Amino acid sequence: MRLPLTPATRMGLSIAAAVGVYGVSFGALSIGSGLSVLQTCVLSLVMFTGGSQFAFIGVVGGGGTGAAAWAAATLLGVRNGVYAVSLKTLIEPPAALVPLMAHLTIDESTATATAQADHDERVRGFWAAGVGIYVLWNASTLVGALAGDAIGDPRRWGLDGAAVAAFLGLLWPRLTGRDPVALAVVSALVTVMVLPVVPPGIPVLVAAAATALWWTWQHRRGARG
Amino acid sequence: MSLWFWVLAAVVAAYAIKVSGYLLPRRLLDRPVVVRLATGLTVGLLASLTILNTVGKGQGIVLDSRMLALGTAAVALWLKAPYLVVVLVGAASAGLGRLAGLP
Repeated sequence: MRLPLTPATRMGLSIAAAVGVYGVSFGALSIGSGLSVLQTCVLSLVMFTGGSQFAFIGVVGGGGTGAAAWAAATLLGVRNGVYAVSLKTLIEPPAALVPLMAHLTIDESTATATAQADHDERVRGFWAAGVGIYVLWNASTLVGALAGDAIGDPRRWGLDGAAVAAFLGLLWPRLTGRDPVALAVVSALVTVMVLPVVPPGIPVLVAAAATALWWTWQHRRGARG
Repeated sequence: MSLWFWVLAAVVAAYAIKVSGYLLPRRLLDRPVVVRLATGLTVGLLASLTILNTVGKGQGIVLDSRMLALGTAAVALWLKAPYLVVVLVGAASAGLGRLAGLP
C-alpha cells in the first residue's frame, strides 16, 4: 500500500516513533513485575493497548492477584470500545478490515485519526499510527524484556517523562476553547483525589466517567437553554 | 489460577471490547448524546492519563522529575513543536532532572 507523506501520516509516524521507544520500558518493567518474556510479548502482541498492559503488570508487580490485574486491564480497555464506536462513524471501514482495525484501535491511532479534518486523512492517520506503533511497540517490548534488569532504572532515561509528554501531546489538540480545558482540569483533579483511595487502574475510569457524564449533562442543558 | 490464565483472559477481553465497538448497530451510534459522551470521555481519559503518568506511583502520589517533563512538554506544545520533539523534550527533562539530583 502506498502511504503518501501527508500531515496525518507524519503525525501517525511521529506518534509511533515516540510510543515505540516507550515499549522498551514496558518490556523491562513487565519482567521486573514477575512476568516471563513470553507473557510480556503476548501482552504487547495480542492485548496491544498500552494503558491496559501497564495496568496489568502494575497490579501484578504491586502484589495484586491475576484477577485484579485482569479487572484493571479490562476496565481500562473499555475506552477502546468507545474509540471503536467513533472510528466506525468517522471512517466507515469495510467489514473485511474490521477485525484488523479493531486490533489496532488504541489511544494513539484514534487520536491521530480524529485530529484530521477529512476522511482520507483520517484513514491514513489511523493506519500510520496503528501499524507503526504495532511494529515498534512489539519490537521494543521484546528488546526491553530481554534486556530486563540490564537496562537498569528506565526512569533514569526519562522514559516516564516521555509518557507524560506523549499523553499531553495527544490531549493538547482537543483543548480547543474553554469547555474542553475545564473538562480536562476537572478530570485531572478527580484523578488526583481518587488516586490514593482506589486500586491502580481505576482512577482513570472514575475520572473519565465522572467528567464525561458532567460534560454530557452540561451540553444537554446548554442546548435547552 | 495461574498467571497465564489471567494474561490470556485479559488479552481476549481487550480484543472483545475493541471489536464490540465496531459491531454495535448504527442506529445506536447516530445520536448526539453518544457523540458528546465519546468526546467528553476522550478528553477526560487523556487528561486523567496525563496527570496519572505525571504524579501517580502505584496507589499514591509522588512529585518528581516527571513534573518537569509535563511543564516543558506544555511549553513545547505551546510553541507548536512537532509531536516527536514534544516527547523527546519530555524525556530529556525527566532524565536531566534526575541527573541533577531531583527525585
